[in-house]
Amino acid sequence: MALDSKIPKGPLADKWTSHKNSIDLVNPANKRNIDVIVVGTGLAGGSAAATLAELGYNVKAFCFQDSPRRAHSIAAQGGINAAKNYQGDGDSTYRLFYDTVKGGDYRSREANVYRLAEVSTNIIDQCVAQGVPFARDYGGLLDNRSFGGVLVSRTFYAKGQTGQQLLLGAYSAMNRQIGRGKIKMYNRHEMLDVVVVDGKARGIITRNLVTGEIERHSGHAVVLGSGGYGNVFYLSTNAMGSNVTAAWKAHKRGAYFANPCYTQIHPTCIPVSGDHQSKLTLMSESLRNDGRIWVPKKLEDAKAIQNKTLKPTAIAEEDRDYFLERRYPAFGNLVPRDVASRAAKERCDAGFGVNATGEAVFLDFASAIIRYGKEQAHVKGLDENNDDLVQSLGKEIVKSKYGNLFQMYEKIVDENPYETPMMIYPAVHYTMGGVWVDYNLQTTVPGLYAIGEANFSDHGANRLGASALMQGLADGYFVLPYTIGNYLSNDIRTGPISTETKEFEEAEKNVRQQIDQFINNKGSKPVDYFHKRLGKIMWNKCGMARNEKDLKEAIEEISALRKEFYKEVLVPGDADEFNEELAKAGRVADFLELGELFAKDALVREESAGGHFREEYQTADGEAQRRKEFQFVSAWEYKGEPKDAQLHKEELVYENIEVKERSYK
Amino acid sequence: MKLTLKIWRQKNAKNKGKIVEYPIDGISPDMSFLEMLDVLNQKLITEGEEPVAFDHDCREGICGSCSLYINGEAHGPDRRVTTCQLHMRKFKDGDTIFIEPFRANAFPVIKDLIVDRSAFDRIQHAGGFISVNTSGNTQDGNAIPISKHAADEAMDAATCIGCGACVASCKNSSAMLFVGAKVSQYALLPQGQVEATDRVQNMVAQMDLEGFGNCTNTGACEVECPKGISLENIARMNRELIKANLKG
Repeated sequence: MALDSKIPKGPLADKWTSHKNSIDLVNPANKRNIDVIVVGTGLAGGSAAATLAELGYNVKAFCFQDSPRRAHSIAAQGGINAAKNYQGDGDSTYRLFYDTVKGGDYRSREANVYRLAEVSTNIIDQCVAQGVPFARDYGGLLDNRSFGGVLVSRTFYAKGQTGQQLLLGAYSAMNRQIGRGKIKMYNRHEMLDVVVVDGKARGIITRNLVTGEIERHSGHAVVLGSGGYGNVFYLSTNAMGSNVTAAWKAHKRGAYFANPCYTQIHPTCIPVSGDHQSKLTLMSESLRNDGRIWVPKKLEDAKAIQNKTLKPTAIAEEDRDYFLERRYPAFGNLVPRDVASRAAKERCDAGFGVNATGEAVFLDFASAIIRYGKEQAHVKGLDENNDDLVQSLGKEIVKSKYGNLFQMYEKIVDENPYETPMMIYPAVHYTMGGVWVDYNLQTTVPGLYAIGEANFSDHGANRLGASALMQGLADGYFVLPYTIGNYLSNDIRTGPISTETKEFEEAEKNVRQQIDQFINNKGSKPVDYFHKRLGKIMWNKCGMARNEKDLKEAIEEISALRKEFYKEVLVPGDADEFNEELAKAGRVADFLELGELFAKDALVREESAGGHFREEYQTADGEAQRRKEFQFVSAWEYKGEPKDAQLHKEELVYENIEVKERSYK
Repeated sequence: MKLTLKIWRQKNAKNKGKIVEYPIDGISPDMSFLEMLDVLNQKLITEGEEPVAFDHDCREGICGSCSLYINGEAHGPDRRVTTCQLHMRKFKDGDTIFIEPFRANAFPVIKDLIVDRSAFDRIQHAGGFISVNTSGNTQDGNAIPISKHAADEAMDAATCIGCGACVASCKNSSAMLFVGAKVSQYALLPQGQVEATDRVQNMVAQMDLEGFGNCTNTGACEVECPKGISLENIARMNRELIKANLKG
């Protein structure tokens, strides 16, 4: 099957408007006869469910958490981008579009990104109308902050809890529709298969996580807003339950999986403290507005810090290497995430790491505290040369900006970041790859849509900070509810979809078989044992730097681990009860397949781009080297074992932006 | 660290539960409380026993999934943290730790330490929203200036994670801190004024229907709230309710 991205014709800036005008509409009376299934209730799924219900469709929404409000979008900290240009610093739709394509290392689709930039301003207006308490300045207007990879202030925020507030906004919109009966909410339900009837997605199979009941649900279309697959690495900033199962089952039913190797490794996370670690904690990118990243210049100082015989504050200014400021003077500490992460890894690999494991760098607020302190002293007419006063005034300001993040750091690490620099290290955070979708957000299975992090389309090979929230809400509030109309307009005479068909029966049988297999396996090792081993392979061989030899080994090792998993996995308890281990087994089984495809994708992509860094392809000064012949999206078709997956290419065409070497110097 | 855990085990909503004792060794002070339970569970699974079921997800204190009544306190002995952010360095080697589910009539036990908090969702369905449809032509976000003070105060109320610690800590199993926080967020913002009367009446009515108790101003909820939601929100909710009832 040839990939058709269905990008509308015409000039870039007019595409979305003219496309919207040509979409078939469904009359309100007919909408009442159409059911839409939405899987996942994060920013994308939640906003889509609410909007589809407002339009009049009957929505069935599913989440594995005990409430839609707990989806992992809730943990996003820093902010959401929008081209409002409230600061008058030269921002525009085009600039947001340009920054996003460049930030994605020229591996995203122009038309999708432009549309994203275009609707970004609507998102802010919508959220304000819903009562989202964005930060405001003293004049009562919305405040902005800066994020990495851009030179304007376009990030809107609500303390360090922007994701929480936006998700609660979408959740409140859902609640209104749940109360009206337009959304039927299924909490603690996990989607375990997509049902395809006559080539169209017509339903899903779910497991009730409390009772273990296997259920059939039908609809005229199925929307996946099930998030990313960062947990294939075991340790990531994702929630414990975040998984690829919904997307992977869709892949197995015919949806192509795009660019699985594009993973974002976020530079500012709390370093790993030991083998017991279950997850990693992000420190918002907004900290790089004021924090300066450094390691010691001298190897002996680094060693002394690693052995705890030297305090970081005892190292003189001239003996510190602010390596981002040194390498990238134009953007400094605010380079994009992939660039910052690789630079930190480079210093740590060279032996300059600053904790016991040698895998950490400093994020230091000392100069920001002094800068703010002097400013405050000046404003208040106090003595700017009184160091104690400056320190205390400066700390107050830093506290007001980042207080909750500093508190979180202190609780985890047991060190006071106001007094000694934070230690940070890169960690897996977001996956740019995902289910392949066309301009309408439809997958290669008609009637099956993917939105938010679950799809692949907008961030190319690297996502800029504060753009995930923007994309999730853009897809759910402003794109999918329009584009899905074109498909559903053909379904006004279809009537209810029966679940008593051979397709539903077959899908349910498969699901039951896998569950029985796990319960009856009676192996010797718990699910986590395999998940941790998979994570180690992924991190060591498909992580921040990749090469041909490692990737080939990873493919063999993951394939062998998968065989061992099915032979040796031990799942306690029964199928017809609350059984977290059983749910985990299903998720890890899918990660074990995805992981192999991930490595294969990384092996085939013989270039470096954004989050995908192949050691063989770098410039003389160690930057990522793209190759013209790889200017395409890799879309993989399922053919049984991951090694047999078939590659389809979607060529990327840049008509409105000049493709050049990405420079932040 | 070596510890003795006394954990509430209950097969499902219908069965009776009981406290079961588990000795555990080799716990690092750097582990989070839930990572300590992970260690216990891995051990139980390999020994052929069923692991202890507990709710958890983000493990960074924001999703509100984790709960646990630890040594008689919601989210344990530390302040301003959820259980997932509680670290074992807050305990001493040799300690005995009691771990129970959040207890309230409106929060029935599902299994072991997991309770059903869907009553909170139903209160939100009753009025926890502003009735605005999604459209591309809502008025500009800066059209109505909102004072920084009001926006900050609304944010402080909106920071509630819906974990239910307030209910578990209250001797009356009152949900008024939770409901008060949501009512306050909207009451403090101009967007929330239009529906203010119906909202507070409907949410409070649903709260009563779910079987939550009333507030008697003991303040335990505020102390145990991992997000530091202030009692002022309850006062504000009561004012809003009186205002609404007077309007009729």
